[in-house]
Amino acid sequence: MIGRRGWIGLGTVAALIALWFLLTTVTGIVSGARFPSPAEFWLSLRQIWGRGYAGGQLISHALHSLKLVAMGFAVAIATGIPLGLWMGWNRKAEAAINPVFLVIRPIPPLAWIPLAILWLGLGDSAKILVIWFSAFVPSVINTFAGVRNIDRPMIEAARMLGTPRWRMVREVIAPAASPLIFTGLRLSLQASWTTLVAAELVGALVGVGFVLNMAQQDLYPGMILVGMVTVGLLGWATTVLLGMVERRALSWNMAARD
Amino acid sequence: MNSTPLTWRETMAWSLLGVVLFLGLWSGLTTSGLVPRQFLPPPQEVASRFIQLLTSPFAGATLPQHLGSSFMRYAYGVLLAAAIGVPLGLLMGWFRLLDDIVTPIFDGLRFIAPIAWVPFAALWFGTGIGGPVMIIFAGAFPPCLINAYRGARFVEPRLIEAARMLGTGHTRMILEILLPAAVPSIVAGLRVSAGLGWQSLVGAELIVAAAGVGFMMVQAQGSVQTATVMTGMIAIGIVGMIIDVLLRQGEAWLRRRRGLEA
Repeated sequence: MIGRRGWIGLGTVAALIALWFLLTTVTGIVSGARFPSPAEFWLSLRQIWGRGYAGGQLISHALHSLKLVAMGFAVAIATGIPLGLWMGWNRKAEAAINPVFLVIRPIPPLAWIPLAILWLGLGDSAKILVIWFSAFVPSVINTFAGVRNIDRPMIEAARMLGTPRWRMVREVIAPAASPLIFTGLRLSLQASWTTLVAAELVGALVGVGFVLNMAQQDLYPGMILVGMVTVGLLGWATTVLLGMVERRALSWNMAARD
Repeated sequence: MNSTPLTWRETMAWSLLGVVLFLGLWSGLTTSGLVPRQFLPPPQEVASRFIQLLTSPFAGATLPQHLGSSFMRYAYGVLLAAAIGVPLGLLMGWFRLLDDIVTPIFDGLRFIAPIAWVPFAALWFGTGIGGPVMIIFAGAFPPCLINAYRGARFVEPRLIEAARMLGTGHTRMILEILLPAAVPSIVAGLRVSAGLGWQSLVGAELIVAAAGVGFMMVQAQGSVQTATVMTGMIAIGIVGMIIDVLLRQGEAWLRRRRGLEA
């Protein structure tokens, strides 16, 4: 069943596509040098899909970018969540780490790109490093906030029952903090994609950002659009995937269901 | 859990320890020669480079001049995002049809990282002012729109009912009922926008610009001047922090004022 909203949405998309046709192919108000016509878009897509562009086919560019985001994101989670838990748990750790954080946090992740290139060159490791930086901060901050927001009585109760420290972290703290942890992960994922695309635009030899970069230098609007659509689709797919993981992980939590 | 908050003294002691460890590690690694200077210069070298760049030019301008041109682009981009995003959000909060039309477009564009607009921005508006402004706009626009929309959407229904009973028209309804009620949400959105815009600015300048801090950093990277790159990072961090602090103060001031009014 499609509701009123759905119909209007479909109508809007149809109208936009019609407008796109009208402005480019039919009337030529928008020239092909500024924005591609649907036919040009299709040709660019076929070119990169089959023969390839910027040194590879679309699939290989997309998979490469996806791999880098997955790796950077994984490293960020693996380091960020434990650090956030520790800072939430231990006031001394918080006091010692916070000032360093306060200094580093205002530097936008993208500003690390030139330094990462200086350190590691144009290859994959530089990208993973910058993604790690950008995805790390939201993971830490939200995990920390999640631990600090836990109801005190819950911790007191667990402690009264003599729960050992490790089980306390695994079975009380981490689950109770998990809704906020996932909020952090979603922000981290978004940051990962932004950073990767920027890093690949600045310097790369493969990847969707590199496709965008080449298309920009070749003044090739059709391929630019293909690159942008690919970036959007990849971002969307990974966000949906994370949402599925979140629903599974938080299925015990009624609040997360709505 | 160490549940008892530390005293002020303890906090200071641990904070100091953290900072000293951080700086000590950094300068220890670099001055001992374990990490080459070219790779990571010691803190004092970065500091002296920072001071030097305040007056002597690099990549065509001194650091304050670069910051100035960056900030101008940034201000244009964020103001444009607010000038379009906030009114559109309010209108969407009031007119259902507009909401139903814009939301699917917006949802479709949401997953494209703002930075991916770089090629089109360069193609359409060039690399001077227009291109970077468009990318900053792309980064700063969504929170402006979303927060104005949410603010307008979740106005107390009683207020709207009452205004409607008194025969309030569309324009006055939006300007005198929705807008004032949405202000806290809008201001929170502006703060997020300002942060994202600053972030986009850095990205834009790394890729397409002929001046600005980001440009300076790319040039320094090209000639392997690590201290200059780090100076740029620090300058960007400081300005970003100042923007955030000012907006926080503005937000707090607004809250207090509204609190007194209510």
